Amino acid sequence: MYRSHVLVCGGTGCTSSGSLEIFELLKKEIAKNGLAEEVSVVQTGCHGLCALGPIMIVYPEATFYSMVKPEYIPEIVSEHLLKGRVVTKYVYQETVTDSGIKPLIDTDFYKKQHRIALRNCGVINPENIEEYIGTRGYEALGKVLTEMSPDDVIKCILDSGLRGRGGGGFPTGRKWQLAKDLVKGGQKYVCCNADEGDPGAFMDRSVLEGDPHVVLEAMAIAGYAIGANQGYIYVRAEYPIAVDRLNIAIKQAREYGLLGKNIFETGFDFDIDLRLGAGAFVCGEETALMTSIEGNRGEPRPRPPFPAEKGLFEKPTILNNVETYANIPQIILNGADWFASMGTEKSKGTKVFALGGKIKNTGLVEIPMGTTLREVVEDIGGGIPNGKKFKAAQTGGPSGGCIPAEHFDVPIDYDNLIAIGSMMGSGGLIVMDEDNCMVDIAKFFLEFTVDESCGKCTPCRIGTKRLYEILDKITKGKATLEDLDKLEELCYYIKENSLCGLGQTAPNPVLSTLRYFKDEYIAHVVEKRCPAGVCKDLLSFAIDPDKCKGCTLCARQCPAGAISGTVKEPHVINTDKCVKCGACIEKCKFGAISKK
Amino acid sequence: MGSKTTVPFQGTKEQEEQLLAVIAELKDSKGSLMPILQKAQDIYGYLPIEVQTMIADTLGIPLEKVYGVATFYSQFSLYPKGKYKISVCLGTACYVKGSGDIYAKLQELLQIEGGQCTADGKFSLDACRCIGACGLAPVMTINDDVYGRLTADEIAGVLAKYE
Repeated sequence: MYRSHVLVCGGTGCTSSGSLEIFELLKKEIAKNGLAEEVSVVQTGCHGLCALGPIMIVYPEATFYSMVKPEYIPEIVSEHLLKGRVVTKYVYQETVTDSGIKPLIDTDFYKKQHRIALRNCGVINPENIEEYIGTRGYEALGKVLTEMSPDDVIKCILDSGLRGRGGGGFPTGRKWQLAKDLVKGGQKYVCCNADEGDPGAFMDRSVLEGDPHVVLEAMAIAGYAIGANQGYIYVRAEYPIAVDRLNIAIKQAREYGLLGKNIFETGFDFDIDLRLGAGAFVCGEETALMTSIEGNRGEPRPRPPFPAEKGLFEKPTILNNVETYANIPQIILNGADWFASMGTEKSKGTKVFALGGKIKNTGLVEIPMGTTLREVVEDIGGGIPNGKKFKAAQTGGPSGGCIPAEHFDVPIDYDNLIAIGSMMGSGGLIVMDEDNCMVDIAKFFLEFTVDESCGKCTPCRIGTKRLYEILDKITKGKATLEDLDKLEELCYYIKENSLCGLGQTAPNPVLSTLRYFKDEYIAHVVEKRCPAGVCKDLLSFAIDPDKCKGCTLCARQCPAGAISGTVKEPHVINTDKCVKCGACIEKCKFGAISKK
Repeated sequence: MGSKTTVPFQGTKEQEEQLLAVIAELKDSKGSLMPILQKAQDIYGYLPIEVQTMIADTLGIPLEKVYGVATFYSQFSLYPKGKYKISVCLGTACYVKGSGDIYAKLQELLQIEGGQCTADGKFSLDACRCIGACGLAPVMTINDDVYGRLTADEIAGVLAKYE
C-alpha cells in the first residue's frame, strides 16, 4: 500500500509539453528522498485540461499542479510529498482559496461536466489491465455473457437511446439489430472507427490513450450481440501513443482470457486486430474504412447494400466509433434507464467535445446533451482570451458549420445543431473571435475537402474544387455578386449528388457562413474589404502620423524596404512595395500601424 | 526545386532482406497490403518505385495495385524525406491560431514548398492534419520533437537547433 499516489498525465497534449520528463524526474526525486515505498507515480491518460499541461495530481487530497516545470519537482517532492505541505504557488490557481485547496471537481472547468466515456481517463494507468478491472472493467462483458441473451443486449442498447458519436447519430442498438437479424449466422465482423479525421477533435485519441480496455470490452459485447468473433480497430497512424496502448491492452486482455477463445468459460470466442490508417480523411466513412482494411484504396462504395448486410470482406459488419463504444459497458452495468435519464428527448447521455481555438481552457470536456453553447464556451471554457469578442463556434469539422452568437443558448443535441445549420460531428468545437474571417474559414475547410476528396465521384471531386476557386476569388477581391449566387447553387448541387458523406457535407462550412455571415462575404465582394483583417490581398497597411514617434524600428524590420522616413519624424508605407507580411505591426511599440 | 526526384534509390541488401521477411510474415493475413507498405516505409523511409515493384512481385499482384494504394494515402511518400522531418499542423484549432503563417515562414526560410526536401537532404516540410495536441496550438513537429504555442518569429531559432 502507498500512502500517496502522484498521477502524471501521459496523453498527447501533456507529453508534447514535456510530461515524460516530469514523470522520470519525479521517480528519481522520490527515490532520492527515500519515499519509493510510500509514494507511487502513475502515468495516466488525459485529464482534459490540455491548456494547463503538463498536469500532475497528488492523491489522496487531489492537489492539482498545472504547467509543471522540471525545476519545480525537487521542491514539490521535499515539501509536499515528504513534509505534507502543498506548494501553493505551483498549484492551479483557481483551486487555491482562502480556506485551502478546493477539489478539482468544484472548478468551473469540471463542475458542469459528467464523465461517462472519459470516466477512467486521467484516473487509471492505461497500461495496467488490473486498474481497469478495479474500476468494474470487464464486469459488463461478464454480465452479458452469463446473464443476457444477444437480444437482451440489443434491447438494452436500443432502450438507452445511444446514438453514434462519430457524427451521424444513427441509433447504435438499431445498427446492431440489423447486423444480427439481416443475415443469420456465418462470419460477421465488429469494427471500431478510430480514424479520427476531423482536424481539431481528439476525444477518441484520449479514450484510446487513457482507457483502451473499455473499447476492447465494448467490442466483445457487440460481437456477442451480433454473433461475430473477430474485431478490427482502424486507428490513425498519427496517434502513436494510442497505438502502443492498444497493443499493450490487447496483449493483456488475451493473457487474462478476456479476449481469445472461450471467454469466461462460456464458449464465446472473440479476438481483435489493429489496422493502421495512413492519413485519408475519407476513411472515416464506413464503407471507405472497410475498403481500406481490405487493403485497397480507401474509396467509399454505394449503399445499399449496407454494411450490416455486406460489409468488411463482404460479410455483415457493424462499425461504431470509439466514443460510442466507451459508453457501452456503463450502459450494460447501470441499465438503459440510467443512460436515458440524461440528455434531451432524442439525444441521450453525454457528448465529449474538444474545445479548441480562441478559448481559455482548451481541452476535452464531457457534458450532458442539452447543455448550451454558452455554458460550454463561457463557464467551462473560461471564455475568449485577450478581451476579444466571440464570433462563432465551429462544430462538425469539415462537414459541419459555424454557430453564431445569436444561437448561444440553443441546447446542444443532434437535431438542434442540424436545425441551425451545423452538426454534432465527432465533437470538435473550435471557437473563433473577431479576428477570424469567416470567408477564410470556409476556404480553409474547402481546401481540406479538395485535398481529401477521394476522386471517385464527380460532384465531390470537381465540385469542391470549383467551390474552392470561387472562395479564393472572393478572398482576393476579384469576385462579383453573381459568384455568390453560383457558390450557393453549387453547394446544393454537390450535397444532392455526391456518393458519400464526405461530398454530401463538404459544402456545409460554406452554406453556414453564407447564412450567418453574408455581410462578410458582401464586404469582400462589393467593398473589396476583409472586415477581420485576414485576407491579405484586401489589406493595406498605414502608419498613423500622430502615433508614430519615428523610432525607425519598422523601417529596419520591413523585408521589402517599403517603409521610409527620417529619425523622430512620422514614417510612411509605400503600399506598392508592401508585401503585407505584418512584421512592422509586430515590432511597433506605439500601436501606430494598422491594417484595413 | 527539382530536389524531390533527383535522389537515386540506394536500398541495401539488408533492407531487402528485412522487407522480404515482413512480406513473408504478413502475406497470408487478410488485407495485408497496407501493413506491408507501412513496414516497408519504416525500413526504407519512403516507397520508391523499386520497393513497390519488389512488393508487387513477391505478392504476385500487379504493380498498378500497389502504386494505387501507395499514392492514395497521404502518409505514404514516394520521395525521400529529410534527416529532419518538419510537419506543421494545419488542423482547424491550429489554423485559427495562425499555423498558416508558421507554414509560410518555414517555406520562406527553407526555400522549399510543402512536400519537398532541401537540396542537402537535411529538412523536409509537410503539412499535417491535427496531431491532437490542440491545447498547444499552433503546433509543429520536427521528427519526434513537438513545438507548441509557436509564433512565426521563433521559427528561425527552432531551425537553428538542428543545424
